[in-house]
Amino acid sequence: MTESTLRVENLRTHFFTRQGVVKAVEDVSFSVGAGRILGLVGESGSGKSMTGYSIMGLVDPPGRVVAGRILLGGKDLRTLAPDEMRKVRGNRIAMIFQDPMMTLNPVLRVDTQMIEAIQAHADVSRAAALERARDALARVGIPSPQERLSAYPHQFSGGMRQRVAIAIALLNKPDLIIADEPTTALDVTIQGQILFEMQKLARESGTALIWITHDLSVIAGLADEICVMYAGRIVEHGSVDQVLDAPLHPYTHGLIDSVPSRGRRGEPLRQIPGMTPSLLDLAPGCAFRDRCARADGACAEDPALSSPVAGRQVRCFHPLTQSAVA
Amino acid sequence: MSVLLELRGASKRFVKTLDTAARLANLFGANAREEIVHAVDAVDLAVQAGEVVGLVGESGCGKSTLGRLAVGLLEPSAGTRLWRGEEVAQLPAAKQREIQLKIQMIFQDPYASLNPRMRVADIVGEAPVVHGLIEPREQKDYVAQLLLRVGLDASLLRRFPHQFSGGQRARIGIARALAVKPEFLVCDEAVAALDVSIQAQVLNLFMELREEFKLTYLFISHDLGVVQHLSDRVVIMYLGRVVEAASTEEIYARANHPYTQALLAEVPRLDLRRKSFVSIKGEIPSPLAPPPGCHFHPRCPHAMPRCRIEQPHLREIAPLHFSACHLNDDVQGA
Ligand SMILES: Nc1ncnc2c1ncn2[C@@H]1O[C@H](COP(=O)(O)OP(=O)(O)OP(=O)(O)O)[C@@H](O)[C@H]1O
Ligand SMILES: Nc1ncnc2c1ncn2[C@@H]1O[C@H](COP(=O)(O)OP(=O)(O)OP(=O)(O)O)[C@@H](O)[C@H]1O
Ligand code: SF4
Ligand code: SF4
Ligand SMILES: [Mg+2]
Ligand SMILES: [Mg+2]
Repeated sequence: MTESTLRVENLRTHFFTRQGVVKAVEDVSFSVGAGRILGLVGESGSGKSMTGYSIMGLVDPPGRVVAGRILLGGKDLRTLAPDEMRKVRGNRIAMIFQDPMMTLNPVLRVDTQMIEAIQAHADVSRAAALERARDALARVGIPSPQERLSAYPHQFSGGMRQRVAIAIALLNKPDLIIADEPTTALDVTIQGQILFEMQKLARESGTALIWITHDLSVIAGLADEICVMYAGRIVEHGSVDQVLDAPLHPYTHGLIDSVPSRGRRGEPLRQIPGMTPSLLDLAPGCAFRDRCARADGACAEDPALSSPVAGRQVRCFHPLTQSAVA
Repeated sequence: MSVLLELRGASKRFVKTLDTAARLANLFGANAREEIVHAVDAVDLAVQAGEVVGLVGESGCGKSTLGRLAVGLLEPSAGTRLWRGEEVAQLPAAKQREIQLKIQMIFQDPYASLNPRMRVADIVGEAPVVHGLIEPREQKDYVAQLLLRVGLDASLLRRFPHQFSGGQRARIGIARALAVKPEFLVCDEAVAALDVSIQAQVLNLFMELREEFKLTYLFISHDLGVVQHLSDRVVIMYLGRVVEAASTEEIYARANHPYTQALLAEVPRLDLRRKSFVSIKGEIPSPLAPPPGCHFHPRCPHAMPRCRIEQPHLREIAPLHFSACHLNDDVQGA
């Protein structure tokens, strides 16, 4: 087994609100190796972004990482002092957000922003930094990067802005990139370009990539492994083929079935009844049980992660292919 | 079949004002100016009664603007709008108002389009009372029935929009549109904001309602999977113009326009694993300065010299299959 770039162990991130405790991330564990792409999928509010923010050390009050270890190359990021963490961020780990303006400053030229990002972490000359910035823009497919360097963010289209944000994330050749739905607002043709660049990056520079999305189809084409989140927990984990072709968890199965697919035009889509539960003071037991056709009395308890098939994990008392496996 | 709604040579031009980022940047010495956008450029669109037409295209290509022109929320800068063969603008005012009710729009963001200070009973029940479709005393029962029909509990009548989830708000938006007994619904990214599992619920609802109320839809979406699932016919737009239109089967089996082909090739699918993504050349050009000739020529792998000069027009290249590309002239041209 190769050493993981990132290993997250039993991560818990909670929000202490006036109404009660929101367990946004609850007992989450996974790892990503160099050059590997992990897809993190789940519905709105399932804790995907908070998992990413927790790794980056960007959770704001009333939220707090309350437990767990976040090991980057074996070192627990939770033990780092704030200024040490700042050195890690943007240097060894970087995050790409859905809205590129979270990364970009509207009043600064692109070259100014990129040079700042480089010089914050390395003692290089302005000229050398500028050259690296230009190379990074070229790498994400921005035509005539030399001229574009002196432009302001608003002079780029949405897709180009996102590519600039990605270029900034790449600047310091991080070991790990966390991409939080960076293509959701973009068109499929532009999305294709960005996925192309990210895939190349992981394969060629060995960067580990966590790709957060609610879109299973994107993960299918991009990732090596999938973690499915539901109500703050990972409910299923396995390779892309395992999870998409033979899901174990009833929720994963429902998700796959609700995607409109070719050849079933006009037929009713399979739907998961009901809706996502509120994470505020979530009752014990399986969070999916109100929507689950397989639920029974056992599901009033919290299901633990189990591994009914080698290399896969599922959090369910009655996983789908259990009888076939047993 | 008869044509229910038709746009002929419809165009819409906007003066584009500066966004905050541009205004801020101007303060710091950038040089952004106001410009004219040809959001919709001489589009012909005819929707048959009972049909579901999917409208697809990249962000900013003019889908929402075309939808608003169809509904009558925007006045066209040029061109005409016909309802059952009659030009709406030429009809008496009372008749125009009647037609206005027959065409309803469902918006992308169900939250922004619902008045946060109104209760569901009024959001859904106000218009039918105002327009005399029902008596005020019937309102409560009428709304309760509609809520039931879109899969909501009738006991939620007194609630405000913020007390609902995204999927429930989408249903309220649908109930509101149905309340005035429309014949034609323009759905603008109506499921885009919803989670997949909830999206399936709402798409199923659209299909049931179509049967039950004999509805006609213009379904605007950037999600080709959704459009393919729902539509009888697909219309593809690129930078303000329709570039291809055909039945759904035909488009997916025999896409003719190079832009449509590129679009279909990039759609992520569950059954495509560890895909080698290819990088399509070029950026979406700005609608402020669309390239001359064929708008797609800077990105088109088949572009020829004439594509830079001459605009290709929509032509019927196979029965009921229309495409606007010079490649279809090659047979005669060569
Ligand atoms: N400031 C806050 N106070 C209370 N709860 C919060 C706060 N911020 C986030 N949460 C909760 O944390 C949970 C996880 O949120 P998160 O943003 O990680 O979801 P997500 O999976 O990224 O969803 P989306 O797909 O909508 O981005 C949500 O249920 C949310 O309500
Ligand atoms: N009220 C307006 N004022 C100025 N410009 C506008 C206005 N409405 C739309 N536009 C411009 O017209 C063009 C077409 O916009 P439209 O909203 O119709 O596109 P769309 O295809 O619906 O895009 P999206 O997929 O992003 O919703 C865009 O360039 C847009 O900026
Ligand atoms: S634990 Fe029970 S309720 Fe939860 S997913 Fe499994 S069968 Fe369904
Ligand atoms: S007209 Fe020319 S540029 Fe336009 S799509 Fe056809 S071949 Fe390509
Ligand atoms: Mg998120
Ligand atoms: Mg739109």
